[in-house]
Amino acid sequence: MELLHNFRLFISGSWHLITRGNRLYYAWVGFLLVLMALGGLAYANQLRHGLIVTHMRDQVSWGFYIGNFTFLVGVAAAAIMLVIPAYIYDWEPIKEITLLGELLAISALVMCLGFVMVDIGRPDRFWHIMPLVGSLNWPVSMLAWDVIVLNLYLILNWVVVTYLLYCAYTEKHYVKKLVTPLVLLSIPMAVSIHTVTAYLYNGLAARPFWNSAILAPRFLASAFCSGPAILLVVLQVLRRMTKLRITDEAIHKVAELMAYTMGFNLFLTAAEAFKEFYSQTEHVVYIQYLFFGLKGHNTLVPYAWASQIFGLAAFLLFLIPKTRKDWRTLNLGCVLIYASVYIEKGMGLIIPGLTPDALGEIYEYTPSLTEIAVAAGIFAMGFLVFTLMLKAAVPMMLGDFTIRKAPGEPHPEPPEQAAPIIP
Amino acid sequence: MSCGSGNSDKPCSCAGNSVATTTAASEPDPTRRAMIATGIAAVASILTGCDKKTFDEFTQHNFRELGKAEINDIIARLEAEYSADYGKPVHVGTEPAMQGVVFGYALDLSRCVGCRRCVHACVKENNQSRDPEIQWIKVLQMDKEEGVSLQHADPYYTPKEVPEEGHFYMPVQCQQCRNPPCVKACPVGATWQEPDGITVIDYNWCIGCRYCMAACPYGARHFNWGEPNLPKDEMNPDTHYLGNRPRRKGVVEKCTFCVQRTRKGQYPACLEVCPTGSRKFGNLMDPKSEIRYVLENKRVFLFKEDLNTKPKFFYFYGV
Repeated sequence: MELLHNFRLFISGSWHLITRGNRLYYAWVGFLLVLMALGGLAYANQLRHGLIVTHMRDQVSWGFYIGNFTFLVGVAAAAIMLVIPAYIYDWEPIKEITLLGELLAISALVMCLGFVMVDIGRPDRFWHIMPLVGSLNWPVSMLAWDVIVLNLYLILNWVVVTYLLYCAYTEKHYVKKLVTPLVLLSIPMAVSIHTVTAYLYNGLAARPFWNSAILAPRFLASAFCSGPAILLVVLQVLRRMTKLRITDEAIHKVAELMAYTMGFNLFLTAAEAFKEFYSQTEHVVYIQYLFFGLKGHNTLVPYAWASQIFGLAAFLLFLIPKTRKDWRTLNLGCVLIYASVYIEKGMGLIIPGLTPDALGEIYEYTPSLTEIAVAAGIFAMGFLVFTLMLKAAVPMMLGDFTIRKAPGEPHPEPPEQAAPIIP
Repeated sequence: MSCGSGNSDKPCSCAGNSVATTTAASEPDPTRRAMIATGIAAVASILTGCDKKTFDEFTQHNFRELGKAEINDIIARLEAEYSADYGKPVHVGTEPAMQGVVFGYALDLSRCVGCRRCVHACVKENNQSRDPEIQWIKVLQMDKEEGVSLQHADPYYTPKEVPEEGHFYMPVQCQQCRNPPCVKACPVGATWQEPDGITVIDYNWCIGCRYCMAACPYGARHFNWGEPNLPKDEMNPDTHYLGNRPRRKGVVEKCTFCVQRTRKGQYPACLEVCPTGSRKFGNLMDPKSEIRYVLENKRVFLFKEDLNTKPKFFYFYGV
């Protein structure tokens, strides 16, 4: 009963934290709510008229929604990338930020599920895909696998985060024997969600652009740059706006890891391009459409090159110690990586996979206004989830907000160990 | 070119004698599942306050897991609904696959002139949306110099008269693969291959994720992007649950070799209308069938053979 009582206090305390903030906080939350409302309106319109209000058609049957979904699965997977060095090398400065990585993973997954929901033609039949209740075509369908691993990963991260924060709030020590295995489990789970998502495309022999054995490694490599890119910026913001202490060393170490994965990602892209362009089979048309255009259709060309140039520039910025340690170039690198991977694993993956279509027809797809509005709404929802979770989590992590301390009251002395709750 | 004269309308048989199901009882413990589903649906229904028809539609389970009584209820519901919608008695059949029958189709590339009569007869027979028009058959105009090359195929040819000099025509529809990638892809088992080799969709179970469309190498699957627009007077009331009954928006549809006709011993609509006799259809299990004659005596090829989808739709050169 005490547990239930305390948990209720934990929830009401969290609510207290997320509903109070300074003007900037309200403005930011308000802005996200407005975007969500616009997205909601656009989605209501899509529900009424059907997916015909998008620019997807039989030729290009997946588009902006599924592109964003794929990119965000990478972000969700990569947030946990920080856990790997923290635990395998027992490297303290990074350990402190793994909880933030988990929060990012949860937010990314919320957006992933949102993008899947808005993409399906019959959202009212969502229960058909639920295990036990519906009839999941498992283990044959890769999409069935994806549904399972994404939800398990979401639940896993949510449980770990909630438990750790609850312990911090009640000023109790978490049970290490319980948490460490779960955190360690999240590493292979993170790899698996992105691998399964890659296999979703990889397994389709009908689409030569996706039917490449290095698709899953490419997914992982690119994700392991984009996820931390977001996190590095968030860490700097948090450092400035809260009392959370994150060492420069941790940030620079993550940036160094990103340089290696970006280099590997560029190498894999080059390997793919070599195979296609050197052998010149009829399957070359898809990558040709992406990088050079086909028969006068070249919507994707500038984006494809921008993605590669951004990636290469960021790789160099993060590789050279001097630019890695300069905050201006570091942040520029983060933005470049984010943009590069967003193009590559979003539209740069989905559209050339389906263009030309199975019978050779070229239908040039660009998202409709509805698709953009709905996507903006889902991104706003994800950012809102992330913001609210951070708002509640950071004071708890710092020991500033516990069951004994009234909300808002400053801690007598700055916390010695920035995050006592980290396993 | 003159297109559009389809087959004559079938007299409708509205006796409503729904035959037994094609259920393959392979799913474990359907009753428990059904109970859970019904429970959830009941809650949903109370929360949303919807009527009985919507409720029944929402809770309807995968066709392959339904019992005979449930199917009869569903057919009665659908027939009433369609009859009201289209202002005429509509029959929804559930004829199962015939014993010892596996359907095969062969198309003579040396005869086809690209008139697209098959395309329009198909639309008429199978109750596709008219606006935007969904076509299950796509005729590709190819260069004779290039052979069967999709990079040189034009599906939108519009000359005054066909065939055009220097071109040949290749109609593409569902290849009814023996190893169908679309069936593998579907996350909810809403599409499957029947014992007579026809891959069908339960339009009431499809969630519209379109993964099957990405998986199909033949562009044979089509999505109802908007609410299908089927004028009352053009609606063909002789339908099959797994075939040409009217669809709603948000689900995928495809060629079923006219399951509503072929399971009653008739030819598919596309074959009947073909003016050149390019289309051959029959039972692959019957050694004396025309389709077997074609396979054994003509030069036959499979479209995208390297994908190992094992189509039961064959292309051949008759002359």
